[in-house]
Amino acid sequence: MTFESELYKGNFTIAECDKCKKIVWPPSEFCNNCFNQVIWRKGACEGKIIEFSKKNNEYFCLIEIENHIKVIGKMTSGIPIEGNKIKIDKCGIRENNYFFEISLI
Amino acid sequence: MSKVGIASYGITKFSMEDSKIESVLLESTKKLFDDTPNLSRKDIDAVLVSTNNNSKYLSAILSEMSGIEPKIAHSIESLCNSGTNSIVSAYSYIASGLADVVLVSGAERYDSTGQILEWDNSRGEFKHPIFWASIFTKAYKREFSITDEQLALVSAKNHKQSQHNPYALSKKVYSLKEIINSKKLTDDLRLLDCSRPCTGGASILLASEDSCKKFTDNPIWITGIGQKTMSAGFTKNMAFSSMESTQYAALSALKMSKHSVMDVNVAEVHDAFAVCEPMALESIGFTDKGKGMDMIKELHTTNNFKINPRGGLIGAGHPLGATGIAQTIEITQQLQSNAEKRQVENAKIGLVHNMSAAATSSTVLVLER
Repeated sequence: MTFESELYKGNFTIAECDKCKKIVWPPSEFCNNCFNQVIWRKGACEGKIIEFSKKNNEYFCLIEIENHIKVIGKMTSGIPIEGNKIKIDKCGIRENNYFFEISLI
Repeated sequence: MSKVGIASYGITKFSMEDSKIESVLLESTKKLFDDTPNLSRKDIDAVLVSTNNNSKYLSAILSEMSGIEPKIAHSIESLCNSGTNSIVSAYSYIASGLADVVLVSGAERYDSTGQILEWDNSRGEFKHPIFWASIFTKAYKREFSITDEQLALVSAKNHKQSQHNPYALSKKVYSLKEIINSKKLTDDLRLLDCSRPCTGGASILLASEDSCKKFTDNPIWITGIGQKTMSAGFTKNMAFSSMESTQYAALSALKMSKHSVMDVNVAEVHDAFAVCEPMALESIGFTDKGKGMDMIKELHTTNNFKINPRGGLIGAGHPLGATGIAQTIEITQQLQSNAEKRQVENAKIGLVHNMSAAATSSTVLVLER
């Protein structure tokens, strides 16, 4: 199991160090704090908007999940505001890029 | 530690030409040799090439095409701050005694693959630099109540200044209205807020104190170096309205030079996008947080060329691997009083700020007469 093999299936997984309990992002087999092997667990898929902008009619948002992981995702509905709570509705890999589709909670 | 100086330089016109990378490297190297009569090919101990181009073995290729057989030859890639990082490597070779004279040549093509960091999957589908620039711009505007009209001053100033730079890509000055009405890329970014990737080359010759005197009567000394890498991924930045790596690098460089930022008379800062200029000025310490645009407005209205005299990246163009070297050449010319219509009066101490990938890493140099 790897982050990407799960992401291909549409699952957002989180790498967490079995020893120091740190979330490892970007996902890796080894902890970037202590080099211990990580365990994979299901991600919460909920977080908040840190910042956003808009290209054409599409909002792209910098979001934070579990107070640690930051990614840029596309807002599929609603108007974002900084600090708003969001959830990841859909994620995966498209044309060699990760994608995250989010909406307001 | 012995002093390391800048003995000579050569630069090409920045353009959208479809030139081979090897030709661009050779052109600025030839100009450097043409302007350095006492320089023999045998003097050069190391040839360092700064580029993000995918071609292989470019330092050996440039050496062969220039008739140089150096002891040391290799390329250096670090996205947009490849140029200053190569200069730091050259400095280190000389300071350690492994080399006495080093040629650093940077070049890029307009279609460089270095513009996009494919590895950074935390950007999702939004890997083009306009997306991190939009996030920076939005965060900066929100935190400090800055408007698009105010930010347009950066582009107006730098295009204006670049008209006195014979090597610049920009061919005209723009009004604030033209900048604000230029093509909207995102809600927070217009086309004229951006520097343009282009084709260009820049070469610089570094040497020990004794050797410098052989090539020039007017050497410029590198007295401060600061480098800092916070991460590779954009989303790992702790703040989106300031540049943390720049703060560290500037502090280190100024400490090494034993100067305060207030002693700096002229600087090139990395204005990849308009918002980067006030952020850089604040992070280096030229002004307080949120006050960068006040400083830029004053410089623009008084026609003071202190910041980005060659037009910065927005006015001069941004051939990634050549940019840091071109910035360093500009400050060298300023300190040698050779900057013609761009000359900042009585410039004695200069600073170069060069950064990569949304300021995830920065390099700062302090130069002196």
